[in-house]
Amino acid sequence: MQNSGFDVLLSLNNMRRLMQGLGVTLEIALISVMISIFLGVVYGLIMTTKNRAVYGLCRLYLEAFRIIPILVWLFLLFFGSALAFGSDLDGLLVSVIVFSMWGTAEMGDIVRGAVQSIPIHQRQSAEALGLRRIQVYRHVIIPQAVRRFVPAAINLVTRMIKTTSLVVFVGVTEILRVGKQIIEFNMMKNPMASFWIYAFIFIIYFILCYPISKFSKRLEAKWEC
Amino acid sequence: MTITLIRRKLRLLALLSAFVLLMTVLSGCGSPTANSDADPEGGDAGVNAEAVQDDGAIAQIKDNGKLRVAVFADKPPFGYLDESGANVGFDIVIAKRVVKDLLGDESAVEWVLVEPANRVDYLESDKVDLVFANFTVTPERAERVDFALPYMKVALGVVSPESSPINDVSDLEGKQLIVIKGTTAETYFTDTYPDIELLKYDEISEAFQALTDGRGAGLAQDNTFLFAWANQNPGYTVGVGSLGNQDTIAPAVRKGNTELLEWLNEELRILGQERFIHKAYDEALAPVYGDVVDPEDLVVEGGEL
Repeated sequence: MQNSGFDVLLSLNNMRRLMQGLGVTLEIALISVMISIFLGVVYGLIMTTKNRAVYGLCRLYLEAFRIIPILVWLFLLFFGSALAFGSDLDGLLVSVIVFSMWGTAEMGDIVRGAVQSIPIHQRQSAEALGLRRIQVYRHVIIPQAVRRFVPAAINLVTRMIKTTSLVVFVGVTEILRVGKQIIEFNMMKNPMASFWIYAFIFIIYFILCYPISKFSKRLEAKWEC
Repeated sequence: MTITLIRRKLRLLALLSAFVLLMTVLSGCGSPTANSDADPEGGDAGVNAEAVQDDGAIAQIKDNGKLRVAVFADKPPFGYLDESGANVGFDIVIAKRVVKDLLGDESAVEWVLVEPANRVDYLESDKVDLVFANFTVTPERAERVDFALPYMKVALGVVSPESSPINDVSDLEGKQLIVIKGTTAETYFTDTYPDIELLKYDEISEAFQALTDGRGAGLAQDNTFLFAWANQNPGYTVGVGSLGNQDTIAPAVRKGNTELLEWLNEELRILGQERFIHKAYDEALAPVYGDVVDPEDLVVEGGEL
C-alpha cells in the first residue's frame, strides 16, 4: 500500500497493452492525416472557384464539420447508419472515415486560404509575362502557397492526433482507454496508478506532437524572409 | 454599403437554412431516438434487421457461431480487464455461463466494450445481442430495450468513519453529507431529505478524498461500491446499507427480440435453481467484499426479489 504506484508502469502486460493502444491511436491518426492531405488539397483548390454554387456546397461541407462536434459525427456514422440502413460499420473504420472527412474539410480550408492569400498582382504579373494558367500555379502560386499552408496544416495534424481520444465512444480501444482500464483495475490496491498512467500517456502524446510542432516552427523560421 | 451587407446576410441565411435542412434529413434517418420513438416495434427503417430477428434471433446467433455481449471494461468488480487484458468480473462470469448454455462453448463470445452512456445505442443499432454491463433497470431505459430478469439488486448506502458512524439518516442532522454530482444519491437526498446539507463533488476519487480528509460526516453512493471501498479502507463502515428505492440490475436485449428474451429468462430461472448467481458472487465479488457484505443484499436468483 505504501508504494509510489510506479510499478504499474513496469508491468510488461500493461506496457504491451498501452503500446497496442498507441498503435490504434497512430493507425487512425496517420491514415486520416494522409487521406486528409490528399483530398484536402483537391477540395481546397475546388474551393477557390468563382462558381457560387460549387463554393456554397463546399462551404456547407466545411461548416458541417465546424459546427457539429466530431463526437456527434462518430455517433451518427456508428449508431445512426446502423439504425437507418442496417449497416454494421466497424468502430475503427468509422473513426478513420470521420477523421478523414473532418481533416479534409479543415485541410481544404487551409489550402484555400493559402492560395487566396497570394496577392492578385502575383497572378496578374505572371499572366502578363505570358505564363499559361498551369504554369502560373506551378511556378508562382503553389510555391508561395505551400509556405503559408504548412504551419497551419501541421497544427491541424497535432489536433487530429489529440482528438483521436474520442473514438472510445464508438468502441475503439486506443491508448487513453487502455490507460483507464489499467487504472480501474488497480484502483483499490494502487490508487496512485492513475497518476503514473496519465503521466505516461501525457509523455507519449508529447513525444508524438512536439517534434511535429517543432518541425513546423523551423520551417516557418526558414521561410521567414 | 448597406446593400452588400444585406446581401451578405441573406447569403448567410440561405447557407444556414440549407444546412439545417441537411441536418434534419440526416438526423431523421440517423438519430437513434427519432427511430425508436416513432415505432418501438422497429420502424420501416429497421425492417431488414427486424425481419432477421423475427425469423429466429437464436438461429441467427447460432449461424454466426458467437454471441455479441456488451460488457464494461473499467468497472471492477463487475466488468473489467485483468492484467493480461482478459474480460473478468461478476457480469462476465454470468454472461459466460449464458453463452455456454446457448452455444455450448463459453468462448463463443465477442466481448464488446461499452461505456455507461452508449449501452442503449449498442442494442438499438443491433451491434450487440445482449447487454451484460451492470445495467440498472429504469422505466426510461425499458422503453428502448427489453430487460430480462434481474440478477442483482442495488440501493444507496452511506459510508462513514468507524469512530463516528452514521447508522441512520437521522444521524446526519446538522452534518454535511458528501455526494457525487449526477448520481442517484444526489437526487435522492435532494428530493427526500432537503434539510441535509450536501457537499457535492464531480469525481468519485475527489469525493472519497474529501471523506478521508474529514470534510463530511459521511458519503452516500451505491451500496455495492461502498461495501467494496470500506472493505479496502480500514476504519470506515457502511452504517446505512440500504436506502432509497431498490434498483435491480438485469441483462437486456434489443427491443422486440422476444425469442432471445424468453430464452434468457428461462435460462436465468434455471441458473436460479442451481443458485449459480451465488457461485458467481463467490468467484468475482467475495474476494473484494470479504465478510462485510451479505451476499443476500446483492444477489438475485431466478429474478425473484
